[in-house]
Amino acid sequence: MLVPLLFVAFYAISSGNLGRGVGGTIVRLVALPIVLLFAVISWWVTRWRIEGDALRIETGLIRRRSLRFPLTQIQAIDTVRPALARVLGLAELRLRMGGATGSQGRLAYLSLPHADTLRGQLLALAHGIPIDTAPPPEQVLLSVRTDRLLASIALSRLGVVTVVLLAGAVISLVVAPRVAVGVIGGSGTAILGLVTAFWRRLNSDYGLTVAEAGDGLRLRSGLIDTAAETIPRGRVQAVRMIEPLLWRPFGWCRVEVDVAGRQKSRGENRSESRELRAVLPVGSHAEAAWLLGRLLPDAPSATTPAPPRARYKAPLRYHFLAWGWTDTCAVATSGRLARVTSWVPLGKIQSLRRVQGPLQRRLRLATIHLDTAGRRVGASLLDRDVDEADRALGELTELSRAARKTRQAGGTPVIPPAPA
Amino acid sequence: MVASDTAWKHPSPRLRSLRRAQVAVLALIVAAVGGLLAGFAFGPGPGAGVAVAAILAGALADRFVQRRVRAWAYCERAEDLLVRRGVLITRLSVVPYGRMQFVDVVAGPIARSFGLATVRMHTAAAASDARIPGLEQAEADRLRDQLSALGEAKAAGL
Repeated sequence: MLVPLLFVAFYAISSGNLGRGVGGTIVRLVALPIVLLFAVISWWVTRWRIEGDALRIETGLIRRRSLRFPLTQIQAIDTVRPALARVLGLAELRLRMGGATGSQGRLAYLSLPHADTLRGQLLALAHGIPIDTAPPPEQVLLSVRTDRLLASIALSRLGVVTVVLLAGAVISLVVAPRVAVGVIGGSGTAILGLVTAFWRRLNSDYGLTVAEAGDGLRLRSGLIDTAAETIPRGRVQAVRMIEPLLWRPFGWCRVEVDVAGRQKSRGENRSESRELRAVLPVGSHAEAAWLLGRLLPDAPSATTPAPPRARYKAPLRYHFLAWGWTDTCAVATSGRLARVTSWVPLGKIQSLRRVQGPLQRRLRLATIHLDTAGRRVGASLLDRDVDEADRALGELTELSRAARKTRQAGGTPVIPPAPA
Repeated sequence: MVASDTAWKHPSPRLRSLRRAQVAVLALIVAAVGGLLAGFAFGPGPGAGVAVAAILAGALADRFVQRRVRAWAYCERAEDLLVRRGVLITRLSVVPYGRMQFVDVVAGPIARSFGLATVRMHTAAAASDARIPGLEQAEADRLRDQLSALGEAKAAGL
């Protein structure tokens, strides 16, 4: 079953990078034949097949590489379709594995039906069921409203920066037109960068739909370049809810999930790669609570506030500091302007740390960090009373061990059916 | 503390000699270079002053470093490893054996000449930080084998 992969000719220019400047475009046009040649070769020498419960990819012209991906350890599968691939009816499959680095499993490009079938097969194997099982029906949980998305981007940090810059430009145009024209003309790249940033956010979150199927959570989004991500059941390492200051009057929040294995997609810069996958780019609290219930069935709410003397240690954060826990999940809130709430399933905790600085010692406070795999998010119980922190450390250690055991014994947690 | 009833083990006493030697060499170099420079620039009096100040600073640093070494401790419990460290900022890490991805033992040339090695545990979380410096070579090897055996026996999926 060695199938050569279908291939997109304009692979390089279609990757959806609009903002590399005019110079970049010219370079790219010149480089196109060369890139094309490399892409053809890359496609020509890549072969893949499913071997038992692993996917094997062989690639490379001069240095042959044989990659083997054990499917039971897949953290997520993405179907990525840049604009041109969509025109040609193609798709790229990406396997996300648990390792912090390591090579990614990429199959570019397959025809769309083939990619869908293959994704279903890989997920079936990942769950240890026969490969020809029909894909389970999916059920749409939520989709983001476009008007709200636009408003939320306008009210984000990006929007504020833009408004400030625009205001600056207008004022300087009024005060000193000649200078201002020069400055604005000279800052073409910055403007282009801003437009790109807007575009990326819009494109990545546009029309985001969260659906639930038997084999995991499906996220679909994209305006021009579309991406569909499947997170198999029980792979969510942490859930985070962010309520920025400017969104608060509208009661909006953003819900993100963290999955182990970091994969930098093309054209992503560092700050973006630290950003997590939003399952709800913007939504009401009711929507967020409902979604959270589906992601982590037993999610507690942060009810225990920090002791009042924590105010001296964290004056700006104090009003948001709280935590809560159940037998399977812990939650902690923090943040200065934006409130950030992090939920961590206790079975996913990698390690626990208790940290106490000199000021905290004087105030009899301590911080407990719950570390999870993934992008350095985890819940931190900031500035708790020392006795409470020690008790929490002991109990959470026990509970996380118990949660790990039951997860191993009882398999994946059962997702409750959606309300009618 | 979590493990008040369990036995804490400390790094080898030779780690203290190692750290003292490091501080002493550094202080002597700073004293020599600084003293000579100041001596040529401002005369022998200030030069000697700078040298003495550097050595005093070294002695002070030594006290601090010794306290840090003494604060370092670890404890093997049935299900997890505890590592405690720090004087000013105290840290206590709890790393379950089942979460250990791999263990490595590092010994640089200076540490090796003292017969010491550092054992470091890695989990899937980048923030987990469990390392024990200054273990005697035999103890480091024992700990490494013990930890990897326990990690394998209790391994849990991500």
